[in-house]
Amino acid sequence: MSAENVPQVVQILAQGVAAATPYLYAGLGEAVGQRSGVYNLGVDGIMLMGAFTAFYTVYTTESLAAAVLFAAIVGALMGLLMAFISVTLRAEQGIGGIGLYIFGLGLSTLLFDKLVSTPLPVNGFPDMPIPVLSDIPIIGPILFDHNLMVYGALLLTPVAWFVLNKTTLGLNIRAVGQNPQAADSLGVNVALVRYLTVTFGGLMAGIAGASLSIALTNIFQHNMTNGIGFIAVALVYFGGWSPLGILFGSLLFSIVTTLQLWLQAFGVQISPSLTNMMPNLATIVALILAVRFYRTSAPLALGRPYKRGEN
Amino acid sequence: MKTRFLAMSIVLVVVLALSSIGLPHSAPVLAQTQAATMAPLTKPIKIAIIMPSAKNDLAWSQAMYDSLVSVQKELGGDKLVQLTVIENMFQVPDAAANAQKFAQQGYDIVILHGTQYGASMFDVAAKFPDVSFAWGTSTDVGKDKGLKNVFAYEARAEEGGYVFGTMAAMMSKTGILGVVGPVNAGDAKLYIDGFEQGAKAANPKVEVKKIFTESFGDIPKATEAAKTLISQKADILTGSAQQVPGAITETQKAKLIWFSTDTDQSVKWPDTVAASMVYDWTAMLKDMIATRVAGEKGGKAYDISLKNGSLKLVFNSKVKVPDEVMKAAKDTMQKIIDGSLIVVGSPAAMAAATAAPTMAATASK
Amino acid sequence: MQPLIRIARQFDFLAPVVVPILAVLAALAVGAVFLLVLNVDPGVVYAQLLDGAVGNTYSLTQTIGKATPLLLVAIGICIAFRANVLNIGAEGQVIIGGLATAAFALTFRDLPPWLMATLSLVVGFIGGAVWGGIAGALKAWFGVNEILSTIMMNQISVQILIWLLTGPLRDTSADATSANIIQTAELPKAAWLPSIVPQTYFHTGALLAVALAFIAFFFLWRTVAGYRIRAVGANPDAARYAGIDVQRTMVLSMLLSGGLAGLAGSVEVMGVTHRAMQDFSTGYGFSGIVVALFGLLHPIGAIPAALLFGGLLASGTTLQSAGVSAAMVTVLQGLVVIFVVGSSRWTQRTRREIAEPPPRAEPGVVAVQEQELTS
Repeated sequence: MSAENVPQVVQILAQGVAAATPYLYAGLGEAVGQRSGVYNLGVDGIMLMGAFTAFYTVYTTESLAAAVLFAAIVGALMGLLMAFISVTLRAEQGIGGIGLYIFGLGLSTLLFDKLVSTPLPVNGFPDMPIPVLSDIPIIGPILFDHNLMVYGALLLTPVAWFVLNKTTLGLNIRAVGQNPQAADSLGVNVALVRYLTVTFGGLMAGIAGASLSIALTNIFQHNMTNGIGFIAVALVYFGGWSPLGILFGSLLFSIVTTLQLWLQAFGVQISPSLTNMMPNLATIVALILAVRFYRTSAPLALGRPYKRGEN
Repeated sequence: MKTRFLAMSIVLVVVLALSSIGLPHSAPVLAQTQAATMAPLTKPIKIAIIMPSAKNDLAWSQAMYDSLVSVQKELGGDKLVQLTVIENMFQVPDAAANAQKFAQQGYDIVILHGTQYGASMFDVAAKFPDVSFAWGTSTDVGKDKGLKNVFAYEARAEEGGYVFGTMAAMMSKTGILGVVGPVNAGDAKLYIDGFEQGAKAANPKVEVKKIFTESFGDIPKATEAAKTLISQKADILTGSAQQVPGAITETQKAKLIWFSTDTDQSVKWPDTVAASMVYDWTAMLKDMIATRVAGEKGGKAYDISLKNGSLKLVFNSKVKVPDEVMKAAKDTMQKIIDGSLIVVGSPAAMAAATAAPTMAATASK
Repeated sequence: MQPLIRIARQFDFLAPVVVPILAVLAALAVGAVFLLVLNVDPGVVYAQLLDGAVGNTYSLTQTIGKATPLLLVAIGICIAFRANVLNIGAEGQVIIGGLATAAFALTFRDLPPWLMATLSLVVGFIGGAVWGGIAGALKAWFGVNEILSTIMMNQISVQILIWLLTGPLRDTSADATSANIIQTAELPKAAWLPSIVPQTYFHTGALLAVALAFIAFFFLWRTVAGYRIRAVGANPDAARYAGIDVQRTMVLSMLLSGGLAGLAGSVEVMGVTHRAMQDFSTGYGFSGIVVALFGLLHPIGAIPAALLFGGLLASGTTLQSAGVSAAMVTVLQGLVVIFVVGSSRWTQRTRREIAEPPPRAEPGVVAVQEQELTS
């Protein structure tokens, strides 16, 4: 992004929008799963596996498309495992997720150690400014001067909103999350819906990881997510399970993160520890303010396994 | 605490550039035995190293690991030098448990490679007076605890920082330098403070922008920090800890220059990394082994510095550095070595600070 | 097949013990496949695993040493989760508790030992309680979801730790200053928890944890406040109709839960590390949640669960010398958690969900709820 004549505020916003990408992918995927009643705390581990898969694919084949595809597949497989644990085995979703996180963390590190062994830069997604739109003052650089994965994340938001709110599938997902007994009695296959959503959530987490390693940083290191997956899960709650809320939360968190980095570089005399807290504080404060205006409640069946006839 | 320094093996290739600077390679200043030529080992020696991060972290742990492997090879391979490596011991009690186990199994030298291990290490060392322990970065060999079996080691990161700061300030066209820092502690602090001091000494008007991610491993944030610095017109960057690879790639994308403390990334980022500050622990390790073989179990404090040659500044010939900058670098290195230039954070500076209220001023160029 | 099932049903009561053991074995079997691919002998590794957890006195003390903070966190989680307050913030509460204890002990250096130790523990409890209480208050009075607030506050607490340890609370001894170590000075000896087995990590904090487990059991099932917590967790609407102040109860549960996690931090600082340092408690928060859920959210059940997980963690640190990489150890731990949680439906005869599905509450339903709560 050429920084020549672009005002600094615009640069900060643009950088923040790009940085929101992994949160957006992971958060939207998790939201779909949670809307159907299953929460997955293993997102961070799936992101690491996705990040490694994408990195390794680009490292060995230079194909960005294949990298995203394989990361999505690996993510979906892990999502499938989570679905199996939560839906078929009806196990406690919190620990299932944490177990998956630990597993993903260990496996991604193990594979990295054995196959690559030392961090190496790769050629990730290049910046692709959209021809006319990126020249619009202010809005142009902020929204239209990024790489494909960023555009993908931004586009995914209205798509997710549409699917959840305007399609039969979305209706089924929401029904299963609010009242699985009723949905079941109306002929909706609760288990299938949950399998779909949780697998989808894993797929998205895999893509989120890919966006980290081959779009945002162009490298892989063990535990490179450093907790981003957990923040993404938290943002689902922040956003009230709505794609727009999650978009807002991801942007808020990322833009404030970017802002604190800029403040440090400006030489502002605040301890770095305090500035690094800013995104977290901002998110909490924003939620306090937002809840004054509307309270959202969780899908009623969130976290509760379903067995016909039991509940 | 994790610090970030470079892989020995890759350095060997680039050392050719170093030899053109003409620095002598001598044994560590504080050691008493000559380590340059060591008598061959007659019986096997067992060494264990416990590290807070991974041996391939391109940083603090890897530097020591690579040095150990190099020494092992030099002294006769794994028959004569048996090496056991424990990584990722970021929780101190776990490290202590491992140290205890190795001591019980009769290892010769147990290295606890991190400042956070100090207190626990002293406890274990007191229980096993026949086993040698080593730890860093520190100068404390346990004399006040009555211990005779502890080695300590430090790296004079501020020296490399100062030289690189001088070079960066002279090479910068925008007059703005960028630092991607982890937590402002340990070696990172030494390096960064030295960098800033050297830069300001070379050009008092230069601006050194610093961003601390408050973590050693937050790669995304470090990458964003680099983007931020570049957006704010920094044209020469540096940084510390294992989280910098993404930041270096950003620097590469912007076609700017990076001074490295982690690895000799000149191999991976050949057009970007101008120079790397490398920790070469081999001389120290050989001296430690020789000392133990000779019967002494500890009591020595080592440091690696420009003067004893174990702190190596490795220049990348692919990145063009103007002649007057190279000359300034060599002059600065010489001044640090002969003591006429005192860098902030060095033992001389600390001694002066405690002796007099005002800090020792840096010598002028 | 049927006769076998009938016989197996006879031993149903053993399920909570046998099934997790089988699950762990299954996990290790899958792990063995990984090990074989990596050219490591599974037999050697697992023998080392067992030895590292319970093989000798030292290993046992290591296991207990790890289990102690896990148990304390788990007890707190039991209380919070039973009120249907999902406290994911144990990581942060442990840190704040440990920091509070260190700050107190270093400030009031000259207190007599018994006073110092007791007050240090109390201060740690209060620190964690306040930290947890903030999240509880945010939920109760501002409707801020506790998963969000606690995850955010976890990160904030790490920043506070770094800020204090490189700033106001940093170790100002000469050597530490020159090396810029991220830690506090060593706590005065009066604030150390004595070791039960000398020079190991089995310290009196373990006894405290077990005692608190029993106290928590008594609290939850034999006191009015505990009843209120369980009632709110089972059915907040019914509880409200019964006159219980749901918000106050939620906050109370977070105060207690945070306090116990804070105590875990204290106990680590006073009994193991003897100072606050970077990473002094990393992972205990999440592992404590796992332990609580393994123990079926019952404080007494958390004791064997903590020992199991503590053994896993303790032996994990020694596995590297058996040729298993640190990453492989993490994979094994993940597999164990996945298999044990996956087998949970065979562990429990009556499955107790974290929160009962709330039937649209009507007056008169309260009696029914009371019945369910005594399970």
